[in-house]
Amino acid sequence: MNDWMLIGGMALLTFMPRYLPLGLAGRVHIAPWLQRALTFVPVAVLTAIVAQTALYRHGALDLTWHNHRATAALCAAVAAHFSKSMFVTVIVGLATFALLGFLA
Amino acid sequence: MSNTRTQLFFLGARDTLPLIIAAMPFGIVYGAMAENAGLSLAAILGMSAFVFAGSAQFIAVTLLASSAALPVILLTVFIVNARHVLYSANLMRWASRLPQWLRIPLAFWLTDETFAVVSNRLTREPGTPGLHWYYLGSDLFMYGNWLACTWIGLTLSRRVPDLTHWGLDVAMIVAFVGIVVPVLKDRAHWLCAAVAVGCSVLTHQWPHQTGLLFSSLAAIAAGGLLDRRRSEQVDE
Repeated sequence: MNDWMLIGGMALLTFMPRYLPLGLAGRVHIAPWLQRALTFVPVAVLTAIVAQTALYRHGALDLTWHNHRATAALCAAVAAHFSKSMFVTVIVGLATFALLGFLA
Repeated sequence: MSNTRTQLFFLGARDTLPLIIAAMPFGIVYGAMAENAGLSLAAILGMSAFVFAGSAQFIAVTLLASSAALPVILLTVFIVNARHVLYSANLMRWASRLPQWLRIPLAFWLTDETFAVVSNRLTREPGTPGLHWYYLGSDLFMYGNWLACTWIGLTLSRRVPDLTHWGLDVAMIVAFVGIVVPVLKDRAHWLCAAVAVGCSVLTHQWPHQTGLLFSSLAAIAAGGLLDRRRSEQVDE
């Protein structure tokens, strides 16, 4: 069925990028500058995902506090900076979002 | 020795717990969205079991609901997954000591969450033996939770039809914020985050998430260049 072709294709396209570098490790050498550059990867990718999901509302840029996702993300960032705890960050972020939804 | 392995396994699971709490609504929403997109029960669970990639699954069912063609869905999935190459490459030095057969399951279960906790531990305690037990504890916990939440989501959506309108993707947003903010320790990483925000806002309209890919590459380049310039200045 078509559904299973989709799942098979997705499984392959998800596994290959996860596996190739790990599978080649030890046979291919990565230059030191590239290794340093890789420390920027999670910051770059995750920040871009957050910015696109949180700053846009109904397809338009919304930088006001009426944008509850952006406000929750900002409060979570402050909580993360001071607490350094993922648990506190998630709770503060979700609580802010729930509270804004309740007040609105 | 087996005691240490068990301890490492459960430590990995414990360190992943906050991220798992954040991933729960994500899995539930996926199950609900897939149900609304008209996938069969077996296909909804099968996608979670064989693909195991939150963002890719989300995008696939969203496109499926808007009746996109199969090649379009697969290309989009490929682009969204490109970040995993970079995660996997980041773990290469550590993985070069592992047997080849073990790298296959570890790669299959490599997610944003497991990468975050494992690379964090690798930075703090680089020489720890048996880190793969820690890794397995983290990813098996993630995998079990993902399958359970998918099932909860599709069951719930049959009873509560409006579930997908609750804005539960905010859980993903705050979890990612919690991963990124503690890593912002120097100017180069701050610049990297700033460029990521700026570019992704400007490229939001680009098709098939290509804006996301472009912004990530631009941010990595900006951070990397500043980092190189500063380390050269230190050398002088």
